[in-house]
Amino acid sequence: MTAPQADPRREKRREIRTYAIGYALALALTGGAFAAVHWPRFPARTTLGLVFGLALVQMIVHLRCFLHVSLRRSSRDDLLLILFSTLIIILMVAGTIVIIANLHGRMM
Amino acid sequence: MSAGDMRHAGINLGTTDQETHDQAEPDIFGFWIFLMSDAVIFALLFAVYGTMLGATVGGPTAASAYKIGPTFAETVILLTSSFTFGLGSIAMKHGASNRVLLGWFAATLALGLAFLGLELHDFATMIGDGAVPTRSGFLSSFFALVPLHGVHVLAGCLWLIVMMVQVPIFGRDARVKINLLRLGLFWHFLDIVWIAIFSVVYLQGLIR
Repeated sequence: MTAPQADPRREKRREIRTYAIGYALALALTGGAFAAVHWPRFPARTTLGLVFGLALVQMIVHLRCFLHVSLRRSSRDDLLLILFSTLIIILMVAGTIVIIANLHGRMM
Repeated sequence: MSAGDMRHAGINLGTTDQETHDQAEPDIFGFWIFLMSDAVIFALLFAVYGTMLGATVGGPTAASAYKIGPTFAETVILLTSSFTFGLGSIAMKHGASNRVLLGWFAATLALGLAFLGLELHDFATMIGDGAVPTRSGFLSSFFALVPLHGVHVLAGCLWLIVMMVQVPIFGRDARVKINLLRLGLFWHFLDIVWIAIFSVVYLQGLIR
């Protein structure tokens, strides 16, 4: 990615550009999600899917542009930690919702 | 190791301050572990909120308690504060004057406090309308999840004030710089949690 002896001035411009791109993308994705809810055009289920999809994309934009997590890292410890935590979170959240919803269905 | 390499998340100091850069890697990684454990806490509160969505016991529902306007304003304010903090980190890395640095941090702090003010106003309106935490399981889980993020933002604001004192007093030594890198990660992380909150809590509740 960066040249071995990176020029600080060029790097500064690149970093500011990364933040600016991230900010613009984040605003656009947020605006899209709020607009989809405020002016509904689709059935509720489609809108919900759209909102969750935009949120996922925005999280990736934030990780990439603000937290500078990338796949091309010389040290990938951060990325491994994030992916493992994501796995744990998916297991626990999906497990909780499935089990409690199932219990709820049986109690009715 | 080359000077411009990326060794940890967030801004890397390799190009301008190799010594601090070498020191930063384990510190930043440790802080990531804290952030990810915090993410697990939030994720479980989201899961509880998801299971409690229907538990309104005839009280206020998501559609009646939430308002889209203030939520959008809070989101834009928090996003902008992340951007100003990022520009502050870049100013710190490339040796800008203290005035520039403290200017960006002051802007971030003002936006953080504005966010907290709007959020408190929202909660006060909800409570005034009878949407108190003890009313239903749905409202209990709401008030466990969203204000916890607010408390994190408050902690971030206090930390920012401490750093605005440390920068002029200690100058920019390795400890201050690494603290600023960590605070940057914390601030950007809170933004990611807020994405989940406005999507899962507010927008999901407001879909007609």
